Amino acid sequence: MLWEVDIYPAAGQLNRAASDVRSAAATLGIHDDLPVLAAHGYLVQGDLDQQQLDRMVRELLVDNVVERAVVAPIGDPRLVDPALAHSSARDDASDWQAVHVLPKPGVMDPVAQSALAAMADLDLQADAVRTLRKYWFAALPDDTLRLLAAKVLANDAIEQVVVGPLAFDQLELGAPYEFELIRVPIRALDDDALTRLSREGQLYLSLAEMRTIQEHFRQLKRDPTDVELETVAQTWSEHCSHKTLAGRIAYQGPDGARQFDNMLKETIFAATGKIRAALGPDDWCVSVFADNAGIVRFDEQNNVVFKVETHNHPSALEPYGGANTGIGGVIRDPLGTGLGAKPIANTDVFCFAPPDTPESEVPPGALHPRRVMQGVVAGVRDYGNRMGIPTVNGAIYFDPRYLGNPLVYCGNVGLILHDKSFKEPVAGDHIVAIGGRTGRDGIHGATFSSAELTHQSESLSGGAVQIGNAITEKMLLDVVLEARDRGLYHAITDCGAGGFSSAVGEMGEHIGAEVWLERAPLKYDGLSYTEIWISEAQERMVLSVGPDQWEAFSALCQAEGVEATIIGKFVPTGRLKLKYAEQEVADLTMSFLHDGRPPVVREATYAPPPVVDIAWSETAGANLGEALRVILGSLNVASKHWVIRQYDHEVQGGSVVKPLVGANNDGPSDAAVLRPVLSSRRGIVVACGMNPAYGDFDTHHMATSAIDEAVRNCVAVGADPTRIAILDNFCWGNTDRPQTLGSLVRAAIACHDLAVELGTPFISGKDSLNNEFSYRDAEDRARSISIPPSLLISALGQIDDVGRAVTMDLKQAGNSLYLVGTTHDEMGGSHFAQIRGLAGGRVPQVNGPQARKTFAAVHSAIAAGLVRACHDLSEGGLAVAVAEMAFAGGLAASVDVAEIPNTVDDGTHRDAVLLFSESNTRFVCEVAPESAAEFEKHLAGVAHARIGSVTDDGQLVLASGKRVLATQSCDELKAAWQAPLNWS
Amino acid sequence: MAQPRVLILRAPGANCDLETEFAFAQAGGRPQRLHVNRLLESPTLLDEFQVLCVPGGFSYGDDVAAGRILANQLRRHLSDCLQRFKADGKLILGICNGFQVLLKSGVLLPLQDDGAVPATLAWNDSGRFEDRWVPLTVSSNQSVFFQGIDSMYLPVAHAEGKFVPANASGLAKLVANQQVVLRYGTHPPNDMPTAMSASVAYPDNPNGSLADIAGVCDETGRVCGLMPHPERHVDPTHHPQWTRRTPQKTGDGMRVFQNAIGYFA
Repeated sequence: MLWEVDIYPAAGQLNRAASDVRSAAATLGIHDDLPVLAAHGYLVQGDLDQQQLDRMVRELLVDNVVERAVVAPIGDPRLVDPALAHSSARDDASDWQAVHVLPKPGVMDPVAQSALAAMADLDLQADAVRTLRKYWFAALPDDTLRLLAAKVLANDAIEQVVVGPLAFDQLELGAPYEFELIRVPIRALDDDALTRLSREGQLYLSLAEMRTIQEHFRQLKRDPTDVELETVAQTWSEHCSHKTLAGRIAYQGPDGARQFDNMLKETIFAATGKIRAALGPDDWCVSVFADNAGIVRFDEQNNVVFKVETHNHPSALEPYGGANTGIGGVIRDPLGTGLGAKPIANTDVFCFAPPDTPESEVPPGALHPRRVMQGVVAGVRDYGNRMGIPTVNGAIYFDPRYLGNPLVYCGNVGLILHDKSFKEPVAGDHIVAIGGRTGRDGIHGATFSSAELTHQSESLSGGAVQIGNAITEKMLLDVVLEARDRGLYHAITDCGAGGFSSAVGEMGEHIGAEVWLERAPLKYDGLSYTEIWISEAQERMVLSVGPDQWEAFSALCQAEGVEATIIGKFVPTGRLKLKYAEQEVADLTMSFLHDGRPPVVREATYAPPPVVDIAWSETAGANLGEALRVILGSLNVASKHWVIRQYDHEVQGGSVVKPLVGANNDGPSDAAVLRPVLSSRRGIVVACGMNPAYGDFDTHHMATSAIDEAVRNCVAVGADPTRIAILDNFCWGNTDRPQTLGSLVRAAIACHDLAVELGTPFISGKDSLNNEFSYRDAEDRARSISIPPSLLISALGQIDDVGRAVTMDLKQAGNSLYLVGTTHDEMGGSHFAQIRGLAGGRVPQVNGPQARKTFAAVHSAIAAGLVRACHDLSEGGLAVAVAEMAFAGGLAASVDVAEIPNTVDDGTHRDAVLLFSESNTRFVCEVAPESAAEFEKHLAGVAHARIGSVTDDGQLVLASGKRVLATQSCDELKAAWQAPLNWS
Repeated sequence: MAQPRVLILRAPGANCDLETEFAFAQAGGRPQRLHVNRLLESPTLLDEFQVLCVPGGFSYGDDVAAGRILANQLRRHLSDCLQRFKADGKLILGICNGFQVLLKSGVLLPLQDDGAVPATLAWNDSGRFEDRWVPLTVSSNQSVFFQGIDSMYLPVAHAEGKFVPANASGLAKLVANQQVVLRYGTHPPNDMPTAMSASVAYPDNPNGSLADIAGVCDETGRVCGLMPHPERHVDPTHHPQWTRRTPQKTGDGMRVFQNAIGYFA
C-alpha cells in the first residue's frame, strides 16, 4: 500500500512556502499576485492500515499546534480535493489544481531516510518513504504552469513535477544487478573513434592521453575493462591531477620567457620552500601541498589545517545541492588530513551575476542568478549549521560574467594534535569504507568538473548532481575523532571526486590494493561494479585499519550507528586489483595509473592591456558625497547581513570577533577571530582577499592585491603577520587558450614573488579551470561566457592573546583617526571608476618590502593595545572605510584629505582620488589621544598621518583643509549600504 | 557534597555538547557527554547523574521537525527513568534543540491524553535560520536555573524557535504557575503576558514567539528549556561588543550553569 500524507499549515498559521512561491513568481514577472497554496508531505509505502497511518501522523509527522494533515492512499480523491487543501471554505475551490514535486529516483532524500527510521522506532515499519512538496494553483494556463514549474517550483536536475494526482502505485527501489564484465575494444580504434569514446563516455581525456592508454593495453595484449578505463580517466582528470598547472608550460609575458616543467611547483610551492628555508629552525609550516589540507603549527600541542575547494559546476546546475556537497566535501579534507583534524571553522566565498539581471538576459540552460544565490546560501547554511561548524568568514562578488558559471568556494579550518598530523597506510591493512552508502549519485563528477558547462550539461551530467546529508557526515566526524584519539587506524582519506577510485588509488599508491566491490554497502540495488567504484556519493571516507585494530574500530562505529565495511586490503603488489564477486574486473599497475599520464605541454602568453589614463569628464570627479552613497549601495560593497545571519557563526563556543561587529552588531568585520581551544586565550584569524575587477587590467596586480588584502584583513584584527599562512584558489576560463593560461601563469608568478617578499607561505591550493558557459542564442549562434580570472586568497592567521583583538567600529568621539600607508593614483578597476563609468587608469599595485614593514608596524601598535579600532582599505578606498567605521560604531567622523600621505598629482580630481583610490596596504586606525605619541612611535618608518577625528554629531564630514568636499548623514549612508541585499 | 555530575546527552547531530560540557565544568560540575544509544541500552545510567542537559544542535538533522525524532525516543523508551529523575529532585535543562526535544517529548510540559503537545516551537516568522544576539528578561523566579538573574544578553541560533501555546488557556496556565521564565526583550519586573501575541518586535523577538516567550519551566522549576544559548556567553570575549565595553569577568550565561551546580551545594 502506498500512502500519501499532505501537511498544511493549520488554520490561522502562515503558509510560508506559498508566500515564497508568490514572491518568486512576482519577481520573475510571471504573476503579480499568484493565488497559491503549499504543503509538504510524505509518500509512505508499506503494509500499514489507516489506523497506523493516523498514529504515525499524530506521533511523528504532524505538529498538532501549527499543522494539519490530509492522509489517504494514492489514488484517493481526497488527495486532489481542493476543498480539503483550503483551510476554509471558498467558492472557487473547485478550480484549483494540484502540482506535486518529488525527488527523482536515486536522488538523496535525507528527511525520508530519517522518517523511515523514526517510523520503525514507533513500531510502524514502512518499506520506503519519499518526501514531496505540493502546490495548488487556481486555474492557471498550461504555459504559465510550465514556466512556474521550471523557474520556481522544481529543478529538473533532481526533481520531477507531476500535475494532477500521482499515478504510480509504488516507490522505485532499484532492481537487482546482474553481473556482466564489459570490455572496451580500444586497441582497434582510430583517432576519431578515440576522441569520440573520450567524449561520449564522459572521460574528458585528450587524444594524446587516449593514445597512451591504447598503447598501454596494446602492450598488455588485451582490451581494458570499462572500470579500468574509468579509473584511469578519473586519476588523470584535471580535477584530480591538476595536469595543466602542474604540467609543462612555455610562457611568454611581461615577466619574460619562462619554461616550466611543473608550473605550480616552480612558483607557488617554490615560494613556500624559500620561506621555510629562511625560517630555519623557526619554520612553523608542518605539511604543505602534501595532504588533503595544509598544516601549520598553532601552539605547544596543536596544529591548524586549512583547505579551500570549489564546487562550481554542480552549483550551476543545482545550487542547493552543489553548495551543500561543496561544504560537505571540504569538511572531509581536514578530517582526512593527517589522522583526522577536528573541523573548527568554515569559510565561503561566492561569485554570482547580479541578482537583478533581467530574466530575458539569462541564457538557455542557466538558472537565474538570484535563484542560484538563494540556493547556494541555503545549501551552505543547511550543511554547515547541521555539522556544528561555525561559518565565520566569507565574501560575495558580483559580475555579469558569472552568469551560467557561478563560483562557489568552500573552505574549512581544522585543529589537530602534533602527533596526529601524519599518516601511513600499512600493507596488510583492511581497506575500510565508513559513513554514507554508495549510490548512483555523483557519477562522473571528477571528469565533469574538468569540462566546460553547456546548455546541455543539465541532462548530460545530471548524475553528477548530489544532495548531501549533513547528519551522516556529523556522525562520521564524531566517530572518526574518537577512533583517532583511541588509535584505531593507520591512515584516512576522504572519498571526494572520483569516489573509491581516487581514495583507494591515492592511499594505496605506494603499496598496492585489492578491492572487493560487491561488499560496498549500497543505497539501492542495481549498481554495476563500475558505478560502485566511481560513484561520488557523499559522506564517505576510506581508512586503513590494521587487523589488530578492526574489532575495536568496528565496535565503536556500531555503537554510534555508523556503517563501517571492509571492502578490500592493502597488498604489497604495486597493483590495483578490483574484483566483483570473485571475478576480476580490473588489474592496473599503480605506476601506470599515477605516472603513466603523458605530460601536458602548453603554450601560455600574456600581454596586459596598455595602461591608459582615465579620461576624466567635467562631472566625473564632482559630487563626492553622492559617489560614496552609491558605492556603499553597490552589490560588492553592500552589507551581506542577509547571508551572514543565516549561518551559525558561534557554535563550538570560541567566537571572539564575529563577522558582524559594532554598536548594533551590524558593521562589516575584516576577519574572524576564534579560540579553538576553549581553555586557552590563543586565537586563529580567518580572512580572504579577491578582486576579479583588477584582472581585466593585469592579473599580476590582481594576484598581489588579493594577497595583500587577505593579509591586511588578518592584521587589521590583530593577527601576527609573521604567522599568516595563505591558500590559492585559481578559478579560470578555458586554459586551452594560450592567452587565458598566460594570464594565470602571470598571476602564479606574482604569487610567488609577493609571498617570498612578505614571508607569507602558501600551504595548500586548488584550481578549477574551464569555467565557461556555452550556449546557443535566440538566433542559434554559438555563444560562450568566460568568467573573469578569479583568484581567491584565503588567509589563516594567529593571535597570541585574543584579548588584544580589535574590531573596525569606531569607539569614542574625540579619538584620532590615522591613515597608515601611502595613497597612489590607482583608480583602475576601482568602484569609483565603475559607478562613474570611467575606463582606464592604473590598477592598484603592491610594494612587497614596504607592505611587510607596514604590516609589522600596525601589528606592533595593535599588540601594544594602542589601537581602539582598525579597518583595512579595500573596495571604495578611504571614504568607504571611514564611513563603515563610523556607522558601525554608531558615531561619525571628520576627515581631512590634505593630510593623507600620497603620491597623487595635483589636479582637479585629486580629492576624488585621495578618497576613492583603492591603493593596497592601507589601514585606518582609531587612537585615543593619550596613546597617540606611543602609536606614532610604533609607526616610525611607515607612511602614516593623523587625518581626522571621531565625532558624534551623526555627520561624516570629508574635507580638504578648510574646503568641505562632502557632508553625509551616517544613518543615511548605513541605510544605503544595507539596502541592496536586505532580502526578506 | 561531591561535585554534581552532569549528563550531556549526545545524539546524531547534537553539536553544542562540547561547549556545554566546558560551561558546566567551569561552573564546578563534573560533566560527561553520553550518546543516547548508551542510555537506550542502559537507562539506569541516568541514575548516576544529578543534572541532565540536552544540548543544542540538530538531533537527527531536525528531519521531520526540530527535535521530534529524539523526543520520540525519550518519550517511548526513557520516560520511566526520566520520571524517576524528576521525582528525585534532580535538574533537567534543554538548550535550543534540547528545548525542542524536552517540549515535544512531554518531559517539560505534560502531553495531552491523545499525545498532543500543549505548546510547540514552530518555524521562525522570518522563515529561516538566524543567528543573532537578543536581550532577555527573566520573568519569574520559578526556575532553579535563573535564580538571581534579572536580564541576560545571549545569542539565538535557530530556524524553529517560535513558541506557540496550543490555546489561550494553556498560556494562561503557564503564566499563572509562573512557568514562563524567560522572555525576549526588556520587560518590567513581574510583567506577565496575557495575550496570544508578541509584544516585542523583530529582531529583539527573533522568531515571533507568542508572549515573547524564550524559555519555560515545569511546575517544579527544576526542568527548564530555553531557545537562547547561555553556553555561548560564558567568556567576556563572547559578547559581540566586548571591544567596546569595560572588561568583564564572565559572560551573562555563566550564572545559568553556576545555578545548576550550586543547587546541589
